[in-house]
Amino acid sequence: MSHSPRTPGIVSERLSPDELARNFEDLHAPYDGHEAMVAADRCYFCHDAPCITACPTTIDIPLFIRQIQTGQPEGAAKTIFDQNILGGMCARVCPTETLCEDACVREAAEGKPVEIGRLQRFATDALMAKGVHPYERAASTGKKIAVVGAGPAGLACAHRAAMLGHDVVVYDARPKPGGLNEYGIASYKTVGGFAQAEVAWLLQIGGIEMRHDQKLGSAMTLDTLTSEYDAVFLGLGLGGVNSLGADGADKDNVDDAVGFIADLRQAGDLTKLPVGRNVVVIGGGMTAVDAAVQSKLLGADDVTIVYRRGRDAMPASGFEQDLAASKGVRLVFNAQPKAVYGNGTVCEIEFEYTESGAAGLTGTGETFRLPADQAFMAIGQTLADAPDGLTLERGKIAVDGAGKTSVAKVWAGGDCATGGDDLTVTAVAEGRDAAEDIHNELMQSAG
Amino acid sequence: MADLTTTFAGIKSPNPFWLASAPPTDKEYNVRRAFEAGWGGVVWKTLGEAGPPIVNVNGPRYGVVYGADRRVLGINNIELITDRPLETNLEEITRVKKDFPDRALVASIMVPCEEAAWKAILPRVEDTGCDGIELNFGCPHGMSERGMGAAVGQVPEYIQMVTEWCKEHCDMPVIVKLTPNITDIRYPARAAHAGHADAVSLINTVSSITSVNLDTMSPEPSIDGKGSHGGFCGPAVKPMALNMVAEIARDPETADLPISGIGGVTTWRDAAEFLALGAGNVQVCTAAMVYGFGIIKELTAGLSGWMDEKGYTSVAEVSGRAVPNVTDWQYLNLNYIAKARIDQDACIKCGRCYAACEDTSHQAISMSADRTFEVIDAECVACNLCVDVCPVENCITMEELAPGVIDTRTGKPVDANYANWTTHPNNPSARAAE
Repeated sequence: MSHSPRTPGIVSERLSPDELARNFEDLHAPYDGHEAMVAADRCYFCHDAPCITACPTTIDIPLFIRQIQTGQPEGAAKTIFDQNILGGMCARVCPTETLCEDACVREAAEGKPVEIGRLQRFATDALMAKGVHPYERAASTGKKIAVVGAGPAGLACAHRAAMLGHDVVVYDARPKPGGLNEYGIASYKTVGGFAQAEVAWLLQIGGIEMRHDQKLGSAMTLDTLTSEYDAVFLGLGLGGVNSLGADGADKDNVDDAVGFIADLRQAGDLTKLPVGRNVVVIGGGMTAVDAAVQSKLLGADDVTIVYRRGRDAMPASGFEQDLAASKGVRLVFNAQPKAVYGNGTVCEIEFEYTESGAAGLTGTGETFRLPADQAFMAIGQTLADAPDGLTLERGKIAVDGAGKTSVAKVWAGGDCATGGDDLTVTAVAEGRDAAEDIHNELMQSAG
Repeated sequence: MADLTTTFAGIKSPNPFWLASAPPTDKEYNVRRAFEAGWGGVVWKTLGEAGPPIVNVNGPRYGVVYGADRRVLGINNIELITDRPLETNLEEITRVKKDFPDRALVASIMVPCEEAAWKAILPRVEDTGCDGIELNFGCPHGMSERGMGAAVGQVPEYIQMVTEWCKEHCDMPVIVKLTPNITDIRYPARAAHAGHADAVSLINTVSSITSVNLDTMSPEPSIDGKGSHGGFCGPAVKPMALNMVAEIARDPETADLPISGIGGVTTWRDAAEFLALGAGNVQVCTAAMVYGFGIIKELTAGLSGWMDEKGYTSVAEVSGRAVPNVTDWQYLNLNYIAKARIDQDACIKCGRCYAACEDTSHQAISMSADRTFEVIDAECVACNLCVDVCPVENCITMEELAPGVIDTRTGKPVDANYANWTTHPNNPSARAAE
């Protein structure tokens, strides 16, 4: 090993290949068959189950768990995929602790919910391992739909639209499909190239053409799409990142966390990926946690997340906070960045403590400094390069309940659109529902 | 600590837990281990007549029914009586009894239904010094096809006849083991009594097919693609066994007949229930087969702990305590009225009570938008299904309505007086009220 966690600066090979491999293995090991049966047996098959209500895609969770329990994991997977074609990824990345598992009555009863996410993974893995795709396309409608963005929303929309008999072309600005599933999620949540395998499995439905390196606004415009296609779905995601307002934020090695996470996911060899000795992550969401934990797992000696509000207000769930702490990440609350110091490159960041009052969040005047040879900003993403003509609301494309935008023939969903949390599972629901709405509208006009 | 010493049919044992005649008691090695572990008695696996021993199948002998986490709820078996020579068994019984004089050692016997066969084997068994014999009239598979086991147990006249032969040809206590594969257990028990049996033991296993292999379409356990019914035992059969024990205990004709309770005894509590319903001791098999002989420590500690708590000083004092409370349906108090009560603090809002009541019972539970579940007294017949399906212990309970309170289901006040079906106005054969 050429470097250690305490090597100054930003270097690679802080840990041995074996250590790195261990650090980045599956966060939750998959269940084996017996574990799944025991876990499934804990489900009470609630009436009108709260977990279903809590799921943005409304998966019939008690039914799929009962199917696992009765030895039909593939049937269970079908129950999941009927509602959520990316059920495999959602099983891995959903913050279940704030969704279905939070609503589980066993959480109320004993603080130990049925492990719905892991059971979902057991079922979906079982079906996908068979290499079969359980859906067939309806008779062709002769309609063409363009989907912009091959992330969760776009893929869910494309799959549902193809299933309903439409021909779909998916455009994506990046070289690989998957969107945040491929570029934006911590590596240990989706190991083994799952994001690509899932897209390949999804595309088995047929009727979906993928066109990569096609950025909206340069390769094509919304106008050309609306003239060439019967309907357009925008699942653009949030391509921009908020920048730090503090003095000196333009210094080198002050980077956006989203880019770091993407680089890490795309890195063929983690030993070649450099990381700082002292890493400071500014922000409080899942992106902040993903960046901080992975910095630590790459071998950074000291990693701190600084969040401007208190623990309770932190968007990252309690589970995520505990995960960060368990990996050795320090969490500092109620502090905001004031200035970035360093001679060209960052070496120290000054923070000011905050307090919440009638005037909102204000600085207390008390400051402290953290050494940093690398800093990651995880202070929110923004809609970048939204096509002209679309009505925006609070920085997102305004849509109605079914995903319809202000422009005729154009629907939108996922993080780029209003409505719902910025979660993979929410994006899937929105893409799916938009496809249904597109279908209804196209079929009505056809009839 | 309560005294667990038991005298059953004249046979003393340090505790009321005997291992039933079955695979665990097939040979000296196992029985020694059982006694060393602390078992009070053993009924040696059934001996057949002298000569070439019977043979067993060479494939799987057991089938199983699982609960959650592969917990064994029941096992069926197609094993026959001992497949070792009679002489070997008799020598081993002799040695073991000599080394464990304080333990009960009873020999189970099954020979053809001819007096000569019994006359031949009984003195040889008696010579071992064992404490008694148990007549295997219960085994439902294999041996019954040869006119033994359940084939005898299903014909009360044969039971009486064979019991009489045994009483005549030996001086040992005679326990008659009964098969549950009959319509009314009281008839074989009465026959054993008429034949001067010292006790009955029940139940033997229940004829069963535990499962079918849906690929090969063979019943399990499968022997070369075919299956035969076996004898089912374990926790799943306990309710049937308890009822049969109680039926004999409350039958005036057999009320004084000692009963050895068998059928799914797995914990001390199961044993206490058998005792309460009239058993003088219990026999255990499946639990030992699943968990090993070590469970005897839980059984004895649990039973004596409970007896201490309740102030019972002997097993005999417990035996039959619940028998007076076992009655016929027609004598149940129809003026007893209860309603389900849901403890809202304990409720975890799963809605199983609602689903059960709404779909399959009396639509007596309401569900609000925020998942509050409440009993509708005007519909509740106190069937108890909500209590049974509720995953939280004591969350739903049955509350007795006090005399005078209006039952909103009927609009009538609760009558303080006992009244049963025999005098109910809807009963066409009711006796005229006086």
